[in-house]
Amino acid sequence: MEKVVSSARRKFLKRSGSLVIGIPFLPGCLSSTEGARTNVEPLQRDLDPTFVKAWLEILKDGTIRIFTGKMELGQGISVAVAQVAAEELNTDINKVSVRLAETEVTPDEGFTVGSNSIETSAMSIRYAAATAREQLLQLAAKQLKVTASDLHVKDGMVYQKGGKTISFYMLLDGKQLDVALNRKAKIKPKNQRQWVGKPIPRKELELMVRGEQVFIQDLRFEGMVHARIVRPASYHATLKKVNEDALRIAVPGIHKLVVNGSFIGLIAADEYDAVKGQAYLKKNTQWSVKHQLRVGESLQQQIEALPNEQESAIEKGNAFQPSKETIKATYFKPYIMHGSIGPSCALAIFKDGKLTIWSHSQGVYPLRKAISALVGLTDEQVHIKGVPGAGCYGHNGADDVAADVAILAMAYPGKHIRLQWSRSDEHGWEPFGSAMIMSLQAKLNSVGKISDWYGEIWSDTHTARPRAASNLLAAQYLSEPLTPQPPGWKGGSYRNAAPYYHIPNVNIDIRSFKGPLRTSALRSLGAYANIFALESFMDELAEKAGKDPVTFRIMNSTDERSVAVLERLRDITSKDTLSDGEGVGYGFTRYGNGAAYCSVAAKLTVTVNGEIKLRKLWAVIDAGEVINLDGLKNQTEGGMIQAASWTLKEAVKYDETHVTSLNWNSYPILRFTEIPEVHVTVIDRPSEQPVGAGEAAQGPTAAAIANAVYQASGKRIRSLPIPKIPS
Amino acid sequence: MKETISIRVNGRQHNIQVDDAKTPLLYILRNQLALNGPKFGCGQGQCSACLILLDGQPVSSCMIPASTAAGKEIVTIEGLAKDKNLHPVQEAFVEHQAAQCGYCLNGMVIAAVAILSEDPDPGEEVINQGMQRVLCRCGVHNRVKKAIDTAAKSLSR
Ligand code: FES
Ligand code: FES
Repeated sequence: MEKVVSSARRKFLKRSGSLVIGIPFLPGCLSSTEGARTNVEPLQRDLDPTFVKAWLEILKDGTIRIFTGKMELGQGISVAVAQVAAEELNTDINKVSVRLAETEVTPDEGFTVGSNSIETSAMSIRYAAATAREQLLQLAAKQLKVTASDLHVKDGMVYQKGGKTISFYMLLDGKQLDVALNRKAKIKPKNQRQWVGKPIPRKELELMVRGEQVFIQDLRFEGMVHARIVRPASYHATLKKVNEDALRIAVPGIHKLVVNGSFIGLIAADEYDAVKGQAYLKKNTQWSVKHQLRVGESLQQQIEALPNEQESAIEKGNAFQPSKETIKATYFKPYIMHGSIGPSCALAIFKDGKLTIWSHSQGVYPLRKAISALVGLTDEQVHIKGVPGAGCYGHNGADDVAADVAILAMAYPGKHIRLQWSRSDEHGWEPFGSAMIMSLQAKLNSVGKISDWYGEIWSDTHTARPRAASNLLAAQYLSEPLTPQPPGWKGGSYRNAAPYYHIPNVNIDIRSFKGPLRTSALRSLGAYANIFALESFMDELAEKAGKDPVTFRIMNSTDERSVAVLERLRDITSKDTLSDGEGVGYGFTRYGNGAAYCSVAAKLTVTVNGEIKLRKLWAVIDAGEVINLDGLKNQTEGGMIQAASWTLKEAVKYDETHVTSLNWNSYPILRFTEIPEVHVTVIDRPSEQPVGAGEAAQGPTAAAIANAVYQASGKRIRSLPIPKIPS
Repeated sequence: MKETISIRVNGRQHNIQVDDAKTPLLYILRNQLALNGPKFGCGQGQCSACLILLDGQPVSSCMIPASTAAGKEIVTIEGLAKDKNLHPVQEAFVEHQAAQCGYCLNGMVIAAVAILSEDPDPGEEVINQGMQRVLCRCGVHNRVKKAIDTAAKSLSR
């Protein structure tokens, strides 16, 4: 989990000033998020997260409004928080609405990252709702002069057995509960649950299939203008000359050209004029390209030759002593991209000294801090409303496009500006998932168990989120450029580098390098590459120990939940038969060594030409208490497909100037004819903490595929991607 | 100099004023007709986020100049439902929760409608070939395939 220092305790308003302006509900979408709607009035809210009212409000029409500081990324957080609230308040889920991350409106929950929204936001909301129920019952008992145990709540009302009723709203006299959130409030017993654990459908889907306004890209304002950015020719290029006169002749519809250092943006009333202007300037602008990227040798060789900072990340038991029994293998993973299907987009207006931004950022509060510093405003002058975009899978261009549009809005005040990044902006400039090398060594004891493990992990940073203005892309190209902060937290590089097996001596060193391409957080951070390596190595060790891969893993496990997901997977896959050229491979993780348990199996065929046909993927996942069964399955299915795409096809390419994977032809991802069947089995553990599961399948899927290739062809794959088996 | 282009969208005639008759239809639909369904994904005909039906054929609206669409019948995802009632394909997508972020959903639904109008009982191969043009990064392909199966059954009822 990325560590975020929450500044949520800061109060933006005095606690007494909690005034709520009711907003009309859209018929038929009560429990959906109030996503892209533009008619939502500003709320004045008290955001102290230790108080119930920061998280929920009782509205006049008997409905409940939930506030989450997290962002909907397609992971279904809105429905999950609605479920826990509906449960504790014993309310129809259709009477619960959800407001997503927005500065001054929702609590500051940092970034929506690390699959921790269930553990953090949903749990706060669960206890806020449980506290609210207790308080409402007490209030009602006083008002109705009965004992609280004779009362119960349902659908926004308090009922007395065979007697009186009173609505929450009446009880509170139109005010909100002014009580502290009680983390010990009684939670509804598991056997009485009506919403939690059930596959509750996401209501947004109906809006989506109807083509209703859902996404940030769909926002429209009166008099809105359209913008595009012209990025430099390379990461380190500086602007030599931009010919504004020629541009205006070529594209007369351009209203404004904003040039600040090497940052170029243009604005037009008509979107296609902005597109044409961008194309014109891309062709006709002169840059000086100073630094050349190194090409010629393999990326792995290049990384090994780069200067790096070595440090010990994990030391358990004895230091590793190489001997002639040591088994070694080195694995490689290239740069891969988030590749959102909708390129990043943001809107902004600067008016009356206030900058308002609509963004699909994963962290509206941190982004506000970064942007206010970037454009020279105070935090209070900047308001950011989170609106869902296309799936992002980590830190993509979302924050950068918001910074871009903020710069444009300051230069062109008074109008709503909509900035849509192009496909090549996103492909070429998003921060990628770092290339990595994992060099592993291990020793087996006399009974074939692992006694010693040593991993050396080469990685660039997995965390360059906009905690400071300098991490915003545009900041590096302004006339007074900011240099990106050196990466601080390195936990992403060795996430899941230490095996979640019982091994007496484990040592992990990391070697942090600054590679040729821009990098930041991509779904599961280093865990994808680390688990690919570790779980491939486990198969190599199993073979040395003379055990089958699943037995070997179980032999080296002491956690019964690990054993359970492995055994269940073995049962499921044992029903499948293999023909010639087919193989099944396995992979396992406990994500982050503390969250969901996930085992994955892959079945594939290697053809005589060395082509790989991925047939099936199975997963068994244990994410503790299940909040939304279908959401959990959907996330795991999708995670496996995405990881299969990374594993089989993906590597960001570049030449000496810049990234050359600029569209879906030069950076292909899995398409329908290549998609395997997927089967997900969930082990529900109602008495365990619920943990996020959105990233658990990434690593084990890669290992399962590589291990299946070995089973099918006898070829051990240690370098990703695996488009084909080398002959 | 503005040019007027006549297009029929979801059964309604529109006379659209454009500065440039080469303006891709996608921008006309989104900006002039305020439709949200067709999405910008790549602008290069590679992802089908912008898919529409043009005289019944699935086409990427980012690749169609407005002038080419003149006089043709355009159906967008907004035009599939009959009043309150969703089209069986839309219904099946909701039933199977065949989305995560949902950004690809427009292309998925339109491509599925196109497949089923050609072949009411498509096998897996026909579905895969017909859907091949639509990209999804969240990985909901299998749900989409189930939704198409369900829609095929309800359409043939
Ligand atoms: S946006 Fe038209 S095909 Fe991608
Ligand atoms: S559901 Fe997100 S791209 Fe398909």
